[in-house]
Amino acid sequence: MTKLTPILSAHWDEKDSFTIEAYKRHGGYTASAKALAMDPDAVIQLVKDSGLRGRGGAGFPTGMKWGFIPQGDNKDHYLVVNADESEPGTCKDMPLLMANPHVLVEGCIIACHAIRAKHAFIYIRGEVTHVARRLNQAIEDAYKAGLLGNGIDVVLHIGAGAYICGEETALLDSLEGFRGQPRLRPPFPAIAGLYARPTVVNNVESISAVPAIIANGAEWYQAMGTEKSKGATLYSLSGHVKNPGQFEAPLGITLREILELSGGVREGHTLKFWTPGGSSTPIFTAEHLDVALDYEGVAAAGSMLGTKALQIFDETTCVVRAVLRWTEFYKHESCGKCTPCREGTWWLVQLLRDLEAGKGTEADLAKLLDLCDNIMGRSFCALGDGATSSITSSIKYFRDEYIAHITHGGCPFDPVASTLFAGAGA
Amino acid sequence: MTTEVSEMITVVVDGFEVSVPKGTLVIRAAEKLGIQIPRFCDHPLLDPVGACRQCLVDIEINGRAFPKPQASCTIPVEPGMIVKTQLTSPVAEKAQRGVMELLLINHPLDCPVCDKGGECPLQNQAMSNGQGETRFEGVKRTFQKPINISSQVLLDRERCVLCARCTRFSAQIASDPFITLNERGALQQVGIYENQPFESYFSGNAVQICPVGALTGASYRFRARPFDLVSTPSACEHCASGCDMRTDVRRGKTLRRLAGDDATVNEEWNCDKGRWAFKYVTSVDRLTTPLVRNSAGELVAASWPEALAAAANGLKAAKAAVLVGGRATHEDAYGYSKFARVALGTNDIDFRSRLSSDEEREFLAARVVGSTTTYLDIDRADQVLLVGFEPEEESPIVFLRLNKQVRKRALKITAIATKLSIGVEKLKGEFVKVAPGQEAGAIASQSLSAKSIILVGERAGESAGVLSAVAALADASSAKIAWIPRRAGERGALEAGAIGNLLPGGRPVTDAAARVDIAAVWGTDALPTSIGKSTQEIYAAVNSGEIGALLVGGVDPLDGENSQAALAALEKAFVVSLEIASSAVTQRADVVLPVAAVTEKSGSFLNWEGRARSFDAAVADSLNRSDLRILSMIAEEMGTSVNLATVTAAIKEIASLGKWDGARVSLNKVSAPSQSAVSGDQFILTSWRRLLDLGTLQQGEENLAGTARKTVAVISPKRAEALGVVDGDKLKISTSLGSITLNALVEDIHDDAVWAPRNSRGSQLLVNLGVAHGAVVTVVKA
Repeated sequence: MTKLTPILSAHWDEKDSFTIEAYKRHGGYTASAKALAMDPDAVIQLVKDSGLRGRGGAGFPTGMKWGFIPQGDNKDHYLVVNADESEPGTCKDMPLLMANPHVLVEGCIIACHAIRAKHAFIYIRGEVTHVARRLNQAIEDAYKAGLLGNGIDVVLHIGAGAYICGEETALLDSLEGFRGQPRLRPPFPAIAGLYARPTVVNNVESISAVPAIIANGAEWYQAMGTEKSKGATLYSLSGHVKNPGQFEAPLGITLREILELSGGVREGHTLKFWTPGGSSTPIFTAEHLDVALDYEGVAAAGSMLGTKALQIFDETTCVVRAVLRWTEFYKHESCGKCTPCREGTWWLVQLLRDLEAGKGTEADLAKLLDLCDNIMGRSFCALGDGATSSITSSIKYFRDEYIAHITHGGCPFDPVASTLFAGAGA
Repeated sequence: MTTEVSEMITVVVDGFEVSVPKGTLVIRAAEKLGIQIPRFCDHPLLDPVGACRQCLVDIEINGRAFPKPQASCTIPVEPGMIVKTQLTSPVAEKAQRGVMELLLINHPLDCPVCDKGGECPLQNQAMSNGQGETRFEGVKRTFQKPINISSQVLLDRERCVLCARCTRFSAQIASDPFITLNERGALQQVGIYENQPFESYFSGNAVQICPVGALTGASYRFRARPFDLVSTPSACEHCASGCDMRTDVRRGKTLRRLAGDDATVNEEWNCDKGRWAFKYVTSVDRLTTPLVRNSAGELVAASWPEALAAAANGLKAAKAAVLVGGRATHEDAYGYSKFARVALGTNDIDFRSRLSSDEEREFLAARVVGSTTTYLDIDRADQVLLVGFEPEEESPIVFLRLNKQVRKRALKITAIATKLSIGVEKLKGEFVKVAPGQEAGAIASQSLSAKSIILVGERAGESAGVLSAVAALADASSAKIAWIPRRAGERGALEAGAIGNLLPGGRPVTDAAARVDIAAVWGTDALPTSIGKSTQEIYAAVNSGEIGALLVGGVDPLDGENSQAALAALEKAFVVSLEIASSAVTQRADVVLPVAAVTEKSGSFLNWEGRARSFDAAVADSLNRSDLRILSMIAEEMGTSVNLATVTAAIKEIASLGKWDGARVSLNKVSAPSQSAVSGDQFILTSWRRLLDLGTLQQGEENLAGTARKTVAVISPKRAEALGVVDGDKLKISTSLGSITLNALVEDIHDDAVWAPRNSRGSQLLVNLGVAHGAVVTVVKA
């Protein structure tokens, strides 16, 4: 039985966990001092050796990404931290920044040193004002403490609230003051990113993982996790569970184990379906309870580890309704640049609304799948692909439920039954 | 456009090998084989964007296949690449069909009422690469329609496929990023800034490259169906850029003009004036019959024989001179040139119906006639120096070419000017600020190389010593000179010898061997030997009684300095006027002979490069004749022979003249005058013509006029402070002749100078003030 391994979240239960005093009390900012004394290439090598992979969804090896930055090119380099966490179900970076913002600031110092950058930009989602304020305070405190401003500066940039700006090149456009739309690649950000300079774009959790790796060494980190997915990570449990929240555990833990550790599905109900990594990852069902939640394990089972956002839905949930809600999100958030995503999500929503309302036909299901085939892999960025994941996977596992809507002439579920206030009485 | 040999890469497309230069995009490698991959956002002259996803193909490189179809418009060829288009890959075919279906779900399919219907890439490719029936049964996105994004461009947002061609053109080619995409998802749309309309001199190109009917020209909207139009390749008559054009005519009426495709000159672009200013041809005051002034002093309609006889008699009765404007075709100018020498026996001919000088005439004969600087030289230049020349206003395609090189390789541009212009700012040019009249000094201090070019505008002749300084700089550095006049016919007229010091082909009139050359071809015994009079001298000679008759073609007497003298001369002399429409000249003429407008005849213009831009008659059944035909008829009537009955005859005769390899006219150095000191309310006036202004050929084009830049008077911050003037205050500029009052604009201009547009609404300097450049004027806060 895998156990929880609180590293980032070790002290979240302390009242003042977000303060610089608390962070230092637990050894904060010693890793950055250690790293600054090291050769930058040695820092990159250490991160490479640790096996740390990007925690924003794609799982690209972090050290390797840093290694792509050309050295001695006499250009400014930039570190950009992607804190534009906006995917339905994904909720790890915001709690992390609320409870422990200094770990990100320290991570930025180390990463900037490694890639020879003088500036780090943290691009945070605009809606989360409370988190932005807390992070801003942490940055200010770090300046006051002399940890920033000595050759490394950190700037917090507050986005305007667009899901697409979580896509790294759209984020860069937005950061430069343009509309957030993904850029054509190549050139990749490592060659021409922010202001056409070599740029590393990393997720909050990836950068936050670095101080502990520097402090404890690559071997310590390597000892956690599975063969190709090293270390520990935040699993965000939400939905129909007794105790939703962040569970920091080694990669490779299963949902069954997390449910056992957390208290399980809400009382009197059973698991129907779940997402392993947010709404853009194909859904799983109860048959996937023992899938190892690491990059390879989830992929082998037909989905993606993504942001490890475990959204749990019990048997009261109408899958068609859930998928419609997600698809409405993708239609709303499509940036409009490419045809398949822009027009496709417009159409998908209309088909799903009809199906959910019992106005669809079986032919519509075929049409829906064909439409997904015309969007998946045809759009400019991964957002279009993500919009189809829940549709194709839900039809795969719950085709009968779609048919039931057609034969029933509407949704056979009581929508109240899936709510928190179900059974509370009128 | 380089001659450098580039590395060739061989790829296989649909089983066929093709070799293309490194860097070529897959979509164009396929084109080379004749394989058409459908596309919307792709445009060969714009940066790739990969937005529409219509051009998806399957690609493998050295046996490794991409897992999903790739946009062929964004991927350059690589060695070992195998491409399968819709023709050989079922996956690519389905991907393309899927994208096409998606593009159509929100498209209104209003082809029967859409201007683009019949020539629409969306319509065509929906037929070739789409499916006959849609599976979409839902609700389409709708918008209020249409939106005016400028007075000349309308936007129907629901038709838009969001390919971003228009926005990319405006940002990348014209450097006028006044339209952008805004909103997101299916509600994404092209829009303008709230308080800033799409005022670009090049906005028509955005309409032309729109692959659907989303952008339409206000003047053409709902006027015609493409399949009712007869298209004729043509050349633009508006400026010396020399754009290749297409003129679309329905039942004898020009309905629109489009930019033609000539990679060596205008690429695929033109300016809005060239595109949208053509109604002057059909304007209501077009002359239809010859007119002869009767004994009561009234101009009355006459028969051709009557009018020709009257013209011949009048021209024979007195010493006569020829004034031909800068808008004649090369062949017509040649006709005037020959007519002056053969029928009138004089070198008193000048095509320069504008401010001009003898220094300029020598410069043209010594340095410009026969010169071979081209657009390609701009592409290769290490530095470009602008002298008396605002490319965006005075030769817009030269501007686009400069801009392309600035964007592509940061070409260094230096402008010697009195005021920083919008165009030079866009070119990121170095602005060398001089007082009006003091340009020569700044030229001397420039350092150029043999790879540099000096682009000299016609305004360079307005300050003494400037052209001498240009010649000296070119000699010292081996830099090339290009003279870029505003009008389309000036270079042709120069080559045709429609000027007092040159015979056709750059032969000096004072050179006996040159005269023998020409006399032989023309079959005359002798040609006049002395240098002829300039435009100003001709007017003066009429007023002094030395000259009694004028043959005038395409001249506006208000374009020059001292227009009072010009009008007086036209009143006094016996005037034969060849014109298309009633004008200040025809009103004072004794015989008026209607001639063909440019769409009604064939011919050619020589652009600033000296490149012939030939065109055929776009309107097939016009009864109007070209100038040279009429000149031949007058000559017959006078008992001599010009013998140029057709344009073809003129072309043949010009070709038979051959090149002049004798000595050129030498340029006598003219020194720059010393700077006049100004103070208090004294300023030195400077000006240029804007692209869109009160020009005769723009008459009747209200939509076009709507995007003209605002008329302002520009003074420097220092002088503005002294006058207590801020932006928007009224400034009164006056001379002894008159005054104008304009809104003030405080900008980067020489402290001694005040700038105003030369011929814009409320600011016709030559008419209102009698001066346009270099003269001291009084400026006060009004």
